[in-house]
Amino acid sequence: MTEKSKSFADQIWDFLCSLKLTIILLLLLALTSIIGTVLQQNAPASEYIREYGQSNYELFKNLQFIDMYHSFWFIGILALFSVNLICCSIKNFPRVWKFVTDPMLVASSGILKGSANKAEYTSKESTQLIIERISPLLKKEFGKPTVTDKDGKTYLFAQKGIYSRFGAYVTHLSILIIMAGAIIGNVWGYKAYVNIVEGTEVDKVMSRSGQGQVPLGFTVRCDDFDVSYYPNSNRPKDYNSDLVVLEDGKEILRKRIEVNDPLTYKGITFYQSSYGPAGNAFFKVKATDNKSGETIDVKANQNQTIQLPGGYTFAVTNFTENDRNFGPAMQLRVNTPDGKSGAPFVVWQNFPEFDAKRAGTFSFALLGFEQPQFTGLQVAKDPGVNVVWLGCFLMVFGSLSAFFFSHKRIWVCLEEDGKKTKIAVAANAHRNQPGFSLAFDDLQQKLESCIKNESQKKEG
Amino acid sequence: MDSGLLFNLTTIVYFAAMVLFFAYIASKSEKVALTATLTSLGGFLIQTTAIGLRWYESYQIPGQDGRAPMTNLYESVVFFAWSILLIYLLIDWKYKQRTIGAFVLPIALFTMLWAQLDSRYMHSGIDPLVPALQSNWLTYHVVTCFLGYAGFAVAFGVSVMYLLKIGKEEKHQGKEPMGGILGLFPTTRILDDLNYRAIMIGFPLLTLGIITGAAWANYAWGTYWSWDPKETWSLIVWFIYAAFIHARFTRGWVGRRAAWLSIFGFAATIFCYLGVNLVLSGLHSYGGS
Repeated sequence: MTEKSKSFADQIWDFLCSLKLTIILLLLLALTSIIGTVLQQNAPASEYIREYGQSNYELFKNLQFIDMYHSFWFIGILALFSVNLICCSIKNFPRVWKFVTDPMLVASSGILKGSANKAEYTSKESTQLIIERISPLLKKEFGKPTVTDKDGKTYLFAQKGIYSRFGAYVTHLSILIIMAGAIIGNVWGYKAYVNIVEGTEVDKVMSRSGQGQVPLGFTVRCDDFDVSYYPNSNRPKDYNSDLVVLEDGKEILRKRIEVNDPLTYKGITFYQSSYGPAGNAFFKVKATDNKSGETIDVKANQNQTIQLPGGYTFAVTNFTENDRNFGPAMQLRVNTPDGKSGAPFVVWQNFPEFDAKRAGTFSFALLGFEQPQFTGLQVAKDPGVNVVWLGCFLMVFGSLSAFFFSHKRIWVCLEEDGKKTKIAVAANAHRNQPGFSLAFDDLQQKLESCIKNESQKKEG
Repeated sequence: MDSGLLFNLTTIVYFAAMVLFFAYIASKSEKVALTATLTSLGGFLIQTTAIGLRWYESYQIPGQDGRAPMTNLYESVVFFAWSILLIYLLIDWKYKQRTIGAFVLPIALFTMLWAQLDSRYMHSGIDPLVPALQSNWLTYHVVTCFLGYAGFAVAFGVSVMYLLKIGKEEKHQGKEPMGGILGLFPTTRILDDLNYRAIMIGFPLLTLGIITGAAWANYAWGTYWSWDPKETWSLIVWFIYAAFIHARFTRGWVGRRAAWLSIFGFAATIFCYLGVNLVLSGLHSYGGS
């Protein structure tokens, strides 16, 4: 009974460790991921019903196709994939770790005789001298050799690139780290947006995942918003906002952000994302009392009645960007204290002194015309993002070391036989054997000349 | 001399290189093979100059700030051809299997012809860049992705050769080498190995391409991954080639199946590159073309 249940557990373990499962899961992930690229995700129900009909919509909903990348079954495949990764690594890692903790310092006769890359030499020199002669070469080509005496023979062992055996594990670990980073971001972070009208401030942002307003814990003010265009076109070239971070009314940080250059404070980042007009345009008008010489500056919306000294009022009734090639101009009307409306007259921005010649009670100058804008910001808090980057770094690093490097080992066995020393050499690489064979052919010649101590002469 | 003229010349030279590769297969003359490879190299150098010149030209347009020439469909298709040649020439230099050119050059030539002739999708003007694309990440992202795609394109060409050859080779009796055109191909063992090696070049580059894209998205919008169709398709391609690489360690998945998986992967790559833009919708609109 126990034996049977154990073998069942073994079967499950073998299944979870198997490479076949990995391949099936990878192809299954590839295949199922297509659904969400064909079927629009997270659209309103009405759109699916219009396009696919009510019954299909119900089907999609039940299969969780509408938000498939967060569906139970897709997350389930990802979870099984992670389990597969972990089990596979647990199963194989100890074997690889042994290469580090317990390197084969003494070549077995199997390695010396059966290796694909082997060579034999004999020399009249002593073992000690030969070791002295070949050690620098081994150190240069592999690594510092370890010398072991055993059963009257002397063994040398050198290796390099052992880390490449761990490349696959580092890559596998990196996937788990990236997933962990994504989970951290989802649990402790948020995505939000906020529109700030120029000159105003906010201390809350609107969540994108339906959690309503999220308090920032500080205040952000937008001092100014600008958009510039490419010459002779209405394509925006740049848009940017002057943002100020305030805490307890004190200015902490100031930055001009633009698309592709955000501002970050206390783990919350503000990204320039959109803009638009906010409220009515206003005119900056300077009015001069012609009797007293007193001047006032006012901001006036179109058709807004503005008070002037002595009970007079005025209103801007019209505006044009270019009046008969004289540039921007506004049309005004002044009302007397008894409510009589005066005749409309025009004031040009480019000729501020001109209105004095009209000789009215007040003369006016147009200082500017401004459309207040709001700046649209994406707001994100993602405490997992650096974990994700760590994972990405390990993934690149791990896959490069797994793909392009290999663990290369070399063994030398020296045996004194009468007055001669017999030298046997064997080497292997755990990847790219054909390439290593070529390198070994080259090494063989170098070894020979080292043993004969003639390398310097030859090269010279 | 402007870059447009040089791109036309590139196309012509690639055509000549392709014809030379076909001539090599017909004539089996090593001299012709060398000429074909050198012609490919010449075309590649002309195209490199043309891309550099276009880069320079983008700085000369009044009111524009200049940018790497990889920002619309036309520029990306041209850059794809350049990437294919780069990876192909590297593999030729390392493994010296000249017949592969006959299966890779047509891909590059077709790509260039498409860029030059299709006026519906291709717009060769240097347009102002929308603010979202004004970033150095654009260059890192595009270069890594396209070199990755190019690795897969070479693997695709090699896989086609493998499938053409393996059927005949299995039927072929006797010890004397196979005659005919297929006899000139590298052995199926080498083709299988080259398929793997080209994918080993492409896969880490695609990984880097996805990562630089994620980094850029995070820098520009605060989200490194949003399951946008382009992102998802790049991941689909990544899954397929990850499966390919793991399949190498399992018996029964080398040879034919590996070749089909490589062809299948390249089809997904092309859909990721073009299909998503031309069929689906999303962020990567190539500047609205």
